Amino acid sequence: MTDVTQTHRAPRTGGRGSGPARLRRGPLRRGRGPGKRGAGRQLHGGKLTYAVLVLFTIGSLFPLVWTAIAASRTNTRLAQTPPPFWFGGNLFKNLEIAWTDANMGTALLNTLVVAGTITIGTVLFSTLAGFAFAKLRFRFRGLLLLLVIGTMLVPPQLSVVPLFMMIAEFGWTDQLQSVILPTLVSAFGVFFMRQYLIEALPTELIEAARVDGAGSLRLIWHVVFPAARPAMAVLAMLTFVMAWNDFFWPIIALTQGGEPTVQVALAGLGRGQIPDQSVIMAGALLGTLPLLLAFVLFGKQIVGGIMQGAVKG
Amino acid sequence: MSSAPSADTARDERRRARRSRLYRWDVRFSPYALIAPFFLFFVAFGLFPLLYTGWASLHRVELGAPTDMEWVGLRNFSRLLDDDFFWNALRNTFTIGLLSTVPQLLMALGLAHLLNYRLRGSMFFRVAILTPYATSVAAATLVFVLMFSRTDHGLINWGLGLFGIDAVDWQNGDWTAQLAVSAIVIWRWTGYNALIYLAAMQAVPHDLYESAALDGASRWQQFLHVTVPSLRPTILFTCVVSTIGATQLFGEPLLFSQGASPTGGSDHQFQTLGLYLYEQGWFNQHLGRASAIAWTMFLLLVLIGLVNWAVSRWIRKSA
Repeated sequence: MTDVTQTHRAPRTGGRGSGPARLRRGPLRRGRGPGKRGAGRQLHGGKLTYAVLVLFTIGSLFPLVWTAIAASRTNTRLAQTPPPFWFGGNLFKNLEIAWTDANMGTALLNTLVVAGTITIGTVLFSTLAGFAFAKLRFRFRGLLLLLVIGTMLVPPQLSVVPLFMMIAEFGWTDQLQSVILPTLVSAFGVFFMRQYLIEALPTELIEAARVDGAGSLRLIWHVVFPAARPAMAVLAMLTFVMAWNDFFWPIIALTQGGEPTVQVALAGLGRGQIPDQSVIMAGALLGTLPLLLAFVLFGKQIVGGIMQGAVKG
Repeated sequence: MSSAPSADTARDERRRARRSRLYRWDVRFSPYALIAPFFLFFVAFGLFPLLYTGWASLHRVELGAPTDMEWVGLRNFSRLLDDDFFWNALRNTFTIGLLSTVPQLLMALGLAHLLNYRLRGSMFFRVAILTPYATSVAAATLVFVLMFSRTDHGLINWGLGLFGIDAVDWQNGDWTAQLAVSAIVIWRWTGYNALIYLAAMQAVPHDLYESAALDGASRWQQFLHVTVPSLRPTILFTCVVSTIGATQLFGEPLLFSQGASPTGGSDHQFQTLGLYLYEQGWFNQHLGRASAIAWTMFLLLVLIGLVNWAVSRWIRKSA
C-alpha cells in the first residue's frame, strides 16, 4: 500500500512550447525575458523574488544544518543560552555513541536492505503490470484496473490490524520481511507506469516485434524495459525515499526493536532511550544523511521526477 | 527414401502448428502472467487486510491473542462514540489539519509563482526547498522538539526572546503544541507542493498571459485571473492529498510528546486519530476497537471526499 501523501498522478510530457516575448511590461519594471524556451512566463525575477526565495531556502535548510550543529556539541552546551549557531568539536564522538548505543549502525544496514528490496520489487512488478494494463487486451482489464486505482487512496491505517494479525500468525514480528512484504508492490506504481507507457511505448513497436516472432519475454526485455526506463528511474527514486522514511507500519511490525529500521531506531531515541540531546541529534543526522547525499547527487532528477509526476490539469 | 521428404514436411507442419499454438497461448495468457506477481501481493497484503478490518471491527480481539475473536456486533463503534477521547482526537485531527494544510498550500502557491520566473540558479532553489521532503518524519520531529524546547535556551523561544516575548511552553500548551506539530508538517511538505504547482504553471499556455497583458492586467491580476484558474484541478488534487495526509497524521504528534507516548501530550491536547488508533490497539491492546477506529477514519475521508466533490461542482457551476 502506498502512503498517499506521496501520491502523484499521470506523468506529463513537459509543457514546453515557445511563445513570443511579451509585448507589454508589467507595472513593476523588470526586464523582458529574451529567451523563448519553455511555456509559462518568461519574465526575470526581480530582487524581491530572489530575497523571498533565499528566505525559503534558509528556512528549508536551517533545521538540517542545525541538526548537524547540535550533534557536534555537548549536552551541557545545548542547555545554555543563547543556543549554538556554529559547529563544536564533539560530532564524531556523538555519532559513535549513536552508531552503537542507539543501534543506528544496524538500523542503517536494515533500512538499506528494506528500502532496496521494496524499490526493486515495486519497480519490476509495476512495470510488468503497468505494461499489461497499458498495451494488452485481456478480460476484466478495466475492472482490475479500477480495483487498483480504488485502493490507491485508502489510508494504511485501514489494513494495519489484520496485517499485524497475519504477521503474528506467521511468527514474523521483529523480522525484516514483515516490513518488506506488505509494501513490496504499490497500486500507485502500477498506475504511474501505465500512464507513462500508454504514451511512451508505440503500439506499432510491439506489433513489429510480434511479427518478428518475439515471444513475451523477449518483447519485455527488448522493447518494454528500454521504453520504460525513464519512468522506472523516477519510480525507483520516489519509492526509495518513501520506503526509507516509512514510519507507521514499521513501528508496529518491529515492536521490540531487535532489528530496527532507521525510523524505528529514531522513535526509540524519541522515547528517551538515550537522554543525551546531542546524541539524539547525531542519530537524526545519521538517519537523514544517506538521503541528503542522494539529493546532492540526484537532486535535479528527483525534482524532475516529482514535477513529471505532477497532476495533469 | 521417397517417404523421407513427406515425413519431413509432416514434422515441419507439426512444428509450425505447435509454434503457432504456443504463440496463441502466449498472447492470450501472458497478460495474466504479467499482472500475477503484482496481484498476488496486492490481494494478500492489500485487499485482504482491507476487507478483514471490517470483520475484525465487529469482534473483541486482544493484542495478546490475535486469533481469539469474540463476536460483539457494533459494540466497538458504540463505545467509540461514547468515548470523549475519540471526539477529542477527531477535533485535534481537524484543527491540526487546517493549521498545517491551509498555510502550506498558500505558501506553496506563492513559492511556485516565484520559481516560475526566469532565475539564476533556479534548479538550486528547487532542490533546496525539496530537501525537507527527504527528511523523515522521525528525524524532522526530533529536531523540532529540540528547537521548540520549553525553556529559553530552546531555539524558538530564544528567538522570541529577542523580541521581548516570554518563553512559551510549546509542548504543554493547548494551541501552542498544535501549532508546533503543524509547523513540522508545513516544513516538510511546502516545497514538495510548490514543485507540483510549478509543474502545472509551466503547462499554462503562454498566450493566455499575452492576451491578459494586452488587456492591461497587472501581474497580480494575471496571477489571480490566469494562473489560479488554470491551476484549479491541481489545487483540488493537492487539497485532496493533503487532507488524506492530515487525517493520517501519526509520526509527528507521537514523537512530539514527552517520551513518545501515544497520548499526544499530557492532556491529549494533540492526540490525532492515527495516534488514538495506535494507543487503543497497541497500548490498551484492543485490536477490535482499533479496527473500528480505522473504519471510522475511512468513512470520514469518504465524507470529506463527497463534500469536496460537491463544493467543486458548485464552484464550477457558479463559474
